[in-house]
Amino acid sequence: MFKHAILCAALFAPLCAQAATDADLRDIRTQIEQLKKSYEQRISQLEQRLQQAEADSKHAASTAAQAQATAQQASRPPAAANSFNPAISMILSGTYGQFQQDPSIPATGFAMSPNNNSHTRSFSLKESELGITADIDPQFRGVATLSLAPTGGLSAENAFIQTTTLGNGFNLKFGRFFSGLGYLNDQHSHTWDFVDQPLVYVSMWDNQLGEDGMQLKWLAPTDTFIELGAELGRGLGFPGSDRQTHNGPGAAVLFAHVGDDIGYSDSWRAGISLHQTKQVNAVSNNVPDLPGTLGGVSNSFTGNTKTTGLDFVWKHAPNGDTTITNFKLQGEYFRRQENGMLTYDIAAANTTDSYAVTQSGWYLQGVYQFMPMWRVGLRYDQLDPGTAQVGALNAANVISSYGYTPKRSTVMLDYSPSEFSRLRLQLAQDKSRQGLTDNQLFLQYIMSLGAHGAHQF
Amino acid sequence: MKNLFSLLLAALLTALAAPASALNIFACEPEWAALSQELAGDKADIYAATTALQDPHHVQARPSLISHARRAQLVVCTGAELEIGWLPVILRESGNPDIAPGKPGNFEATRYVTLREVPTVISRSEGDVHPEGNPHIQLDARNYLPIAQALTARLAQLDPDNAAFYQSRLKDFTQRWQTAIARWEKQAAPLRGQPIVVHHKAYAYLDNWLGLKEVAELEPKPGMQPSVAHMSQVLQQLQRQPARMVVRAAYQSPEPSAWLSERAHIPAVELPFSVGGDDQAKDLFGLFDDTIARLLAGLK
Repeated sequence: MFKHAILCAALFAPLCAQAATDADLRDIRTQIEQLKKSYEQRISQLEQRLQQAEADSKHAASTAAQAQATAQQASRPPAAANSFNPAISMILSGTYGQFQQDPSIPATGFAMSPNNNSHTRSFSLKESELGITADIDPQFRGVATLSLAPTGGLSAENAFIQTTTLGNGFNLKFGRFFSGLGYLNDQHSHTWDFVDQPLVYVSMWDNQLGEDGMQLKWLAPTDTFIELGAELGRGLGFPGSDRQTHNGPGAAVLFAHVGDDIGYSDSWRAGISLHQTKQVNAVSNNVPDLPGTLGGVSNSFTGNTKTTGLDFVWKHAPNGDTTITNFKLQGEYFRRQENGMLTYDIAAANTTDSYAVTQSGWYLQGVYQFMPMWRVGLRYDQLDPGTAQVGALNAANVISSYGYTPKRSTVMLDYSPSEFSRLRLQLAQDKSRQGLTDNQLFLQYIMSLGAHGAHQF
Repeated sequence: MKNLFSLLLAALLTALAAPASALNIFACEPEWAALSQELAGDKADIYAATTALQDPHHVQARPSLISHARRAQLVVCTGAELEIGWLPVILRESGNPDIAPGKPGNFEATRYVTLREVPTVISRSEGDVHPEGNPHIQLDARNYLPIAQALTARLAQLDPDNAAFYQSRLKDFTQRWQTAIARWEKQAAPLRGQPIVVHHKAYAYLDNWLGLKEVAELEPKPGMQPSVAHMSQVLQQLQRQPARMVVRAAYQSPEPSAWLSERAHIPAVELPFSVGGDDQAKDLFGLFDDTIARLLAGLK
């Protein structure tokens, strides 16, 4: 403002002077002089204040930022997944499969186990998994994983409640869940490192042991990870036979896991598990027999089943950073003892006598990320059908020993442009069926949409 | 079984024998472990869950992390979904309700500073975006002042007996930190307005503080691996709009920046990114001394 005034005075003064008297001129000159003095004073005052302000401003900036942030702290709510809406995620997956043998033939010696190896020829959509998760209230959290079968139909794969406030290392889960036994059992199929489960999981747990029941886990207050878990369930999943006519629990699981780090680059977890259930009138079809009945016979088994397991996983990443290269080695062993009464050929002969068998299986696999986004994996599988103790009445009917060791070697290569997408090639030589070597090829995609679920170890 | 039982018994005894006096802190990243150390001194037992050589987005929910979270009274993390891929599992599996989100035992540093680069479009087609804003707040030294203040309040809340001690540590830290900020700002004056290329979009706060100008990223989208196709574009862009250096964090692969450095004839600068990222970054003061020294060396 005052700059304008000076300019105006300076410019127009000569014009005015011509018309004015000398006295007027002197008056004007003194006035201008006074004006000039007062403005100069004010300018220098302002300059001083400006300098001081500049000096202060740097100091003030950090104080201001501090004050602003403190103020913000009160106003910004904590992070939440869509406020009250649950976190929703969806897994889309599909395969292309090529086999030399009929994928529905079971492993030799395991015809009395389910054989849902999820192998489908040609292009096929796999289960689409819809996941919904939210805190229910301050005490409970709910998790639902709904599986949309490619042929239609919706099933509850997981639907359970977890407590969030028990404390002291306790976690209680109830509803339908994957059992915490072993290492792979409670991992969802989209996190598997191969297209299919190891043979031992297919034969002993029908891919994955799911249970309706409750699980209590306790974590010890130690630096070393020590976790103990117990489950009671209905006996829904194989080897349980889903006894619906029976009150009380139909299956029980105990497991313990121990784990730790070795330096920054290595970490491991090892575990033991025990599963017990009773099978009642569990029917298996197409079981081969000694007379060589074409297409096999249907048998029924009632008895106790006890499965023990060992599992371990070791992960290595340089300095503990998995993004560039990392390596994972895992192996599991399960041994199942069955003891009870077997009814041979329920459709015709229908003879019942004692039956006991101990079967086992293991796998060892390594997956190596050799560069960002690319991984290669190798897996070896083996089963032992065991030698059955068959009661005298069925000695000429039921095969007690197959004298064959089912095995399979698998190699896979996968490419993950991001952590939400994965494309996989898998080749396997499957010798799990005597005399039926099967060279298998799989192509697979696994994509996840929506909420970002955290991954377990 | 017998062995397991004796191991358990031994574990229990050790747990009971451990002194219960020190505040048990679980820090998600080393910078928060260092800040907790500055503020709590020997009154806390601090466990750093990750190191500066690990990408904090991708950490395995290792058994050891779960067991350490089990006994923690306070977790000090970045928040803003930086740890979303691993921390929720750890908090849940720990069976420790005191450190659940929203509880006094759960401290998220990003809640006490203004987040930058809040995305307007939230879609995974934009890569690994964080809906709340860029979570890499640890490279603007000024951010530590409000965070330290809030963390001290939290320490005092959880351990009221030592409240005065934490206050005096805060006062001391704030004083030393403000002096250091003035020094760093003076030292870093030549960096003002300098164009740089970065590996990951993790320098928004450093840029804002020291006036560096980010002209390109090596990652085509945040969190996606640098590809030669994308880096060639960056190289072309640099011919029109040159940059002074290409910057990456200690945990990132040196190869992409080396590729660009060689072709664009600009130095590749590795920053410690957090405490422990190199031998000089031993504590928070060292982190910034070294970060600025390395950036200045990059200008020469």
